[in-house]
Amino acid sequence: MRISASNLGCVRGSREIFRNVNFNVASGQALAVLGPNGAGKSSLLRMVAGLLRIDSGGLGLEGGDDELTIPEQAHYLGHQDALKPALSVAENLGFWAGYLGNGRAGVTEALEAVGLGAIRDLPAGYLSAGQRRRLSIARLVSVPRPIWLLDEAAAALDQAAQGRLIDLMRRHLAGGGLILAATHAPLGLDAQELRLGAV
Amino acid sequence: MAALMALLRRDMRLAVRVGGGALMGVLFFLIVVAMVPFALGPDLALLARTGPAILWLGALLASLLALDRLFAADHEDGSLDLILMGRAPLELAVAAKALAHWLTTGLPLVIAVPLLGLFLNLSPTAIVAVALTLLVGTPALTCIGLVGAAIAVALRRGGLLVPVLVLPLAVPVLIFGVAASNAAVKGPMPFGTPFTVLVALTLFGVVLGPFAAAAALRHGLD
Repeated sequence: MRISASNLGCVRGSREIFRNVNFNVASGQALAVLGPNGAGKSSLLRMVAGLLRIDSGGLGLEGGDDELTIPEQAHYLGHQDALKPALSVAENLGFWAGYLGNGRAGVTEALEAVGLGAIRDLPAGYLSAGQRRRLSIARLVSVPRPIWLLDEAAAALDQAAQGRLIDLMRRHLAGGGLILAATHAPLGLDAQELRLGAV
Repeated sequence: MAALMALLRRDMRLAVRVGGGALMGVLFFLIVVAMVPFALGPDLALLARTGPAILWLGALLASLLALDRLFAADHEDGSLDLILMGRAPLELAVAAKALAHWLTTGLPLVIAVPLLGLFLNLSPTAIVAVALTLLVGTPALTCIGLVGAAIAVALRRGGLLVPVLVLPLAVPVLIFGVAASNAAVKGPMPFGTPFTVLVALTLFGVVLGPFAAAAALRHGLD
């Protein structure tokens, strides 16, 4: 599987954020999207996730499931955690596992993988920022999808959780997945770099 | 299908938890209807005559109350992004949300009608007629409101925009709902005539609403 972008351009509110962005990521590879604030890192990931209209250029997908689009094979971990405070930890994850994947089979393992197994019945409203982040990461583990789009995934995570995230990313790459990550801090694994500069 | 069931179950669960919209709608309905006798005075004949219209107005306003949050809440916490990335067609996902909304806010209004009808001195026939027209008419209100809620999210203007967009479109439903209820009580028109139009309006809304709302959400990508 391979995702390639050719001459991608992004205009937001009549301001050009970036143009002529090219990259090429294959199975087992990671792409670190770097750049200062406002350079368009999040916008680029949202374009790949199908959440932002592509203003110029195009995205291509080779391999993978022919029946499915890129967004349907991708996990998007954005700035917002997509958690409902009134539902418990397990209910939140169980919903996403049911909606995005094939049921709640992987929920318990995924919660253990991010170290939230002990508080599975706590309402998500009581979680700290780092715990909310870990619960979002558990979503990527519970539903297998080959493309991970991570927007500052390590934000608010402590050292141990960051280590676990790097392990999960390594395992994902080893299993033939691919990762696009917007980041300020080093990713912690071998990755191509795509540097976006403020235009 | 499993994905849609998951969405339906989650939305219903959220609606009945603390802070959800399910109880709010019925309480609002109760308060509006209970206020009317204080405003009109203890004229039983007048109350019985205006009762169906009052119940319909109350139900219309109550079903709009929680609609504003239908997509806005999911938009604010990022859930809408992930719903868009699901493998279920967006139209069906939107329809599942609408069904959950109707089951938790529309249906309780219908169930409350027999009690509230007594407050307004309605005859048993009138109570049955109003409950039946509301049962058929509230899905139309939900589906019209669905489009308004989706447009409000796409335009990033919440709050009052939804009622302003939705209420004019709900006028035909209100007219035929009240007309059918009144026809059942005092004629001269047979109950069936306005009731069939009401059924048609609902079918129209149920079919078109999810498509229009999904189109609005897609167009509002940002």
